[in-house]
Amino acid sequence: MPPPSKRTFAGATALIGTIVLLLVVGFAWAAGWIGDRRISGDDVLAAIEYNGGSHPGYRRAHAKGLCFSGSFEANDAGAALSSAAALGHGNYPVIGRFSLAGGNPLATDGRNVFHSMALLIRTPDGQEWRMALDHTPIFPVADAASFVALQRATRPDPATGKPDPVVMKPFLATHPEVKAFQDYMAKAVLPDSFANATYYSINAFRFTDTGGITRFVRWQFVPEAPLTGIDKAHLGSLPRDALFKEMITRTARGPSRWHLKLVVANPGDITDKATVAWTGPHRTIDAGTLVLTAVEPEETGACRDIVFDPTILPSGIALSDDPLLAARSKSYSSSFTRRAGEDAGPSAAAKLQEHSR
Amino acid sequence: MKQRSPDFHLALRIVHWLMAMLVLAMLFIGVGMVSTTGPLYPALLTWHRPIGMAILMLVLIRMPLRLVTGAPPLPRNLSPLQGTIAKGSHVLLYASMIAMPLIGWGMLSAGGYPIQVTEGLLLPAILPHDLKLYAALRTAHTIVALLFFTLILVHLAAALMHGLVRRDGVLRSMTVGHRSLRSGSAGG
Repeated sequence: MPPPSKRTFAGATALIGTIVLLLVVGFAWAAGWIGDRRISGDDVLAAIEYNGGSHPGYRRAHAKGLCFSGSFEANDAGAALSSAAALGHGNYPVIGRFSLAGGNPLATDGRNVFHSMALLIRTPDGQEWRMALDHTPIFPVADAASFVALQRATRPDPATGKPDPVVMKPFLATHPEVKAFQDYMAKAVLPDSFANATYYSINAFRFTDTGGITRFVRWQFVPEAPLTGIDKAHLGSLPRDALFKEMITRTARGPSRWHLKLVVANPGDITDKATVAWTGPHRTIDAGTLVLTAVEPEETGACRDIVFDPTILPSGIALSDDPLLAARSKSYSSSFTRRAGEDAGPSAAAKLQEHSR
Repeated sequence: MKQRSPDFHLALRIVHWLMAMLVLAMLFIGVGMVSTTGPLYPALLTWHRPIGMAILMLVLIRMPLRLVTGAPPLPRNLSPLQGTIAKGSHVLLYASMIAMPLIGWGMLSAGGYPIQVTEGLLLPAILPHDLKLYAALRTAHTIVALLFFTLILVHLAAALMHGLVRRDGVLRSMTVGHRSLRSGSAGG
C-alpha cells in the first residue's frame, strides 16, 4: 500500500476529528449540558430546598411519615376496567406510608397542607402497583415548571413565616390554578385523622380491560371512618405530632378500612391536568377494601426504603398524557437516589414511640 | 501452521455492528432520560430496560463467539505498546458491555424496584434491597456510562485512523472483509 500523502493525512484526521466532535456535541445535547434549558429532577429538588431548607437523608417532599402494612381485598369488580392482577379477586399484601407535605421530617402536624397516603400493592405474579395519593382531589399545579415556580414563590419569609406578598401576588396572577387550589384548601375540611381522610390518585391513568378497551380512570380510597375536621382557627395549638400519635393509638385498637373507588372519565373530562376536578355524576366502581392492620415508624417499617413512584404500574394500568406524572416520577427518583446515599436522623414517629415508653 | 484469517468472523462482525448501534442508542437514551422531568423520561425509560437486556444477551453470545473464532493478527508495523493498548481497550469495551446492564439490573434490585423489562417480562432481583448499595450502583451506572462513551470515541477514532490513514486492513477486518477486496477491483 502506498503511504498516504500529507494532504490525505490532514484531510483524514480532520474528518475523524469532526466525526468524534459531532458525537460529543450530540451526546452533550442529549444530556442537556448544552441547548434548551430543561427542568431536571435536581432543579425540582433545589426549588423544594429553597422553600423548606435542606434535610439530608429524608424524602425531599413529604418527609414526615409513618409506615403501615395491611392488605388489599379485591372484589373483582375492578376487572371490568383493567386486567391488572391487583383488581382481580384476591387478597394482596400492602406496604404503605402516611405523610404530611413538606421537606421537614419534624414539622408540626398543625398545618393546612396535604395529608397523604402512599401504597404498594404486590400481586403473586410479581407485579407492583405503587401510588402516592393526597387528601385533595386536585393538585395546585399542572406541570414541573409551575411546581418549581410555586416552591420559589411560596418560600416563607423568615420575618413573618408567610410567603412574601410581593412575590406571591404576581405569581398567583399568572397561575389562576394555584389560586383556585388555595381557595379550595381554605374551605375544605382538614381531616383530624389519617384514618378518616379520602385519598385521591391526583392524576388520571389509562385502564385497559381484558378485551383491550381503554378508559381514563381516577381513583380514591374512601374511609369507613366518618370524616371529622381539625379546627383550622386553632391549628397552631395542635401538638406537633398529633396526627401521628392519633394513628398509632387508633391502630392499637383495631384496623382501619378504605374502599377503592374507581372513577371512569366522562366524555369531555380533562385527563391531562391534575388541577381540574371531575364534576357531576360518574360511573364509579367499588373495587375492594384496603385494610390497615399495623403502623410502624420508618426506622423499623417497610416503607422507608421504597420510592412510591406512581408510574410503577401493573399491566392493565398505564400512564395518561398528564405531564405531572413524568415530573413526579423523575423528582421522586432523584429524591430517592439522594437520600439513599445519605444518613437520615430519627423520624418523628420513632421519637413518639420513645416518649410513650 | 494454519494461516489466521485476516478478518473477524462474519457472525462476529454482524453482532459487532448490531451492538454498536444498540450501545450508542442506549448511551444517548440514558443521559437523555435522566436529564428531564418531562414526558420523555418515562417514554425513554420503557426503551432503556429492554435495550439494556438485549445488549446483555448479545454480549453473552458474542464473547464465546469471539473466543472461539479469534481475532485477526494486528498489523506487523504496530508497536508493542500500541498492540497492548489495542488489546486492553477491547477488554475494557467487553467489560463495559457486560457491566452496564448488570449494574443497571443490580441497581434496580438494590433499590427495591420491580425489574420490569417489558410489560410482560419481570426479572428477579439479583441483589438484596439495600439503599446504600443502590446509591453506590446508581453512581457507578453514570460513571461507567461516561467512561464507556469515551472508550467508544477512542475506539472509533482509532478504527478510522486504521481505515483512512494507515490503511492497514484493520477497519476492513471488522467491516466488509478482505475477501471482497481480492475479488473486487478496488484496493491498494
